[in-house]
Amino acid sequence: MRLTIFLSILLLISSVASAQTPAAPAGNAENGKKIFTSYGCYQCHNYAANGGAGARLAPKPIAFQAFLKYVRHPADQMPPYTTKVVTDKELADIYAFLLTIPAPPAVATIPILKP
Amino acid sequence: MAKSKKTSINRRGFLKGAAAGAAGAAALVVQVPGVNAQQQAAAAPPQRGTAPSPSASQLAAEAGPLPVDAEILTVENAGSDFMVDVFKSMGFDYIAANPGSSFRGLQESFINYGGNKSPEWLTCCHEESSVALADGYFRVEGKPMLVLAHGTVGLQHASMTIYNAFVARTPVFVVLGNALDATQRRPGVEWNHSVQDASSMVRDFIKWDDNPVSLQHFAESAVRAYKISMTVPMAPVVLVADGDLQEDSADRSKLRIPKLTLTRPPAGDAGAVAEVAKMLVAAENPVIIAGRVASTPEGSKLMVELAETLQAPVQGGGRNMPNRHPLSGGGGLANADVVLGLQVDDLWGTLNNFRDQQERSSKPIIKPGTKVLSISSYDLYTKSNYQDFQRYTEVDLAIAADAEATLPSLIEACKKLITGDRRRVMDERGRKIAAANAAALERARTEATYGWDSSPITTQRVSAEMWNAVKDKDWALIGGGGSRLWNIDQFYRTMAGGGAAAIGSSLPTAVGAALAHKKHGRICIGLQNDGDLMYAPGALWTAAHHRIPMLLVMHNNRAYHQEVMHIQRMANRRQRGITSAGIGTTITDPNIDYSTLARSLGLYGEGPISDPKDLGPALKRAVERVEKGEPALVDVVTQPR
Repeated sequence: MRLTIFLSILLLISSVASAQTPAAPAGNAENGKKIFTSYGCYQCHNYAANGGAGARLAPKPIAFQAFLKYVRHPADQMPPYTTKVVTDKELADIYAFLLTIPAPPAVATIPILKP
Repeated sequence: MAKSKKTSINRRGFLKGAAAGAAGAAALVVQVPGVNAQQQAAAAPPQRGTAPSPSASQLAAEAGPLPVDAEILTVENAGSDFMVDVFKSMGFDYIAANPGSSFRGLQESFINYGGNKSPEWLTCCHEESSVALADGYFRVEGKPMLVLAHGTVGLQHASMTIYNAFVARTPVFVVLGNALDATQRRPGVEWNHSVQDASSMVRDFIKWDDNPVSLQHFAESAVRAYKISMTVPMAPVVLVADGDLQEDSADRSKLRIPKLTLTRPPAGDAGAVAEVAKMLVAAENPVIIAGRVASTPEGSKLMVELAETLQAPVQGGGRNMPNRHPLSGGGGLANADVVLGLQVDDLWGTLNNFRDQQERSSKPIIKPGTKVLSISSYDLYTKSNYQDFQRYTEVDLAIAADAEATLPSLIEACKKLITGDRRRVMDERGRKIAAANAAALERARTEATYGWDSSPITTQRVSAEMWNAVKDKDWALIGGGGSRLWNIDQFYRTMAGGGAAAIGSSLPTAVGAALAHKKHGRICIGLQNDGDLMYAPGALWTAAHHRIPMLLVMHNNRAYHQEVMHIQRMANRRQRGITSAGIGTTITDPNIDYSTLARSLGLYGEGPISDPKDLGPALKRAVERVEKGEPALVDVVTQPR
């Protein structure tokens, strides 16, 4: 239940923030994909960034500034990633990787998900 | 019990053996009572093919009077036969056990005197598995299973799943073999396997135990133990079967088996129930939180009736009510004015948000003034050492009673108070909740599409493929893997939950659950975690050996993943080594080939499957094998969560 609330908050942040903030800095998506795993992001968000124990991050990630702020000072259960362990540049790389994750197939096109 | 059974060598047999001069002579150097070393040397094993005739002194000894004790070689009416009759009287279906010499008499009686029927012996490879098997069986069948174990090393193995059953309020009847009389113990191992007070090791997390010193005592305590374990809140019990009681002769004319009468679960006090009903009927936004309420299909129907009477949402799911019922789920706790907890393990944790940061903090989810009500039999029985009782919850009204037994009077009390005006308000509320739940189901479908084609395979896709493989069958879940997308329309589709998050218990619990479903011909399926399986994979062999059909789908994320996240949390807090969380927590290098492991233990196995396109066909093939009565395992390499 608490996880559901946590996810709801993040999705809310996502929808509000993406309408307000400027574009993300250029990042290296290839490096971002690599450190998404090595820095442990995948543990809660899965390799596919589709969410798991943590929130879904992609496709359409929240705005970069909101992303940066949340990673540095998470509001709920997520452990903090300070500048001492992840640089802003590396977070930009991770963000660039998240932007590469394509939209999923439409639910209507997946027969086994039909009601 | 005072008689000696020490003389284990029969002199007649010994001399015959010596005369025959057969092979296997090493056994003949045993010191024979009443024969000195020289005599024994004279009777030393002869050279091959040169069997000497017995000496005059040997012949004299052969013809002389025998010590009385040497004659005790066989027994009629073994005490353990009576014990088996005691257990048969209580209607046990199965015994789960890894064999052990401390209960050899009882085992022989079960399989020969008892005919290995009612109860039937299940061969387990680990006592931890034996208890979990019994736990899983009860969660489906509602009947306890017997578990036999050594009072020492067997119980030490079994203790973890006994605790898990205790936390899950599952009755398991554990019988421990022991040799209390020190003068009767065989030297060596039997001393290591003996203990003064066998149950002491687990007494903090069982409900009752006894160490009977006579067969009549055993019978009365066995019936008492069964009754106590089945009285709510239910829990495991332990009974010691002393070795001498098992192996000595019983005078059946002096023994009788007491009648078993189970207690009926207590329903809530009528006045208190009326107060609860008054608050629920008057509430604008009541929320019902259902823990382990329904223990029968009737309980599930009652849960539905309460929800429909009040048009109130029921959180907690499980087998309390069909998951696609319009009132199943939903209803925000933040807006609730009355919360009713029914048999909830952790009400505090449900009503509060706890934040696991360096400075731990919590805040209530419910608003000030929300009335919190509780009906639970857990208030009737609490121990102190192990902390499974969770944090103290402040409530406005608590009824110490079984929730399922209280539901009929609560429903009736609510119905009496509902006026036409309240009915209209409730119906409108119910329509909103139903609409919200329908929307949530659609969102769940969309959520399942994220990462649909990714490799490793998402757990949402695994769940969807599992559902697709069994949805047209008569299926039952014997572990995780279900989701909102599954149509859980019958009580038996899922099993009772709960436990102490005891890693290693899920696999044998699933085997026990599948055994309970076997006679109904249901297709059993469950998601099996890799770390859990590796504790005691021998339970797979037990499923194959006893022809228990079931399909295990591996959630193979190649890690003790919860622990990966905990170590990551520590590293992040300390701002160091954030790339090291996999040390000591991952199950890689080498990766484990679970399908080969399963095949080696007699199951049908497929995998590892990493491409999501291969999963559906593999599950279809595995289900076909399960339909033929086989256990099967499909190894799926998955996303972490």
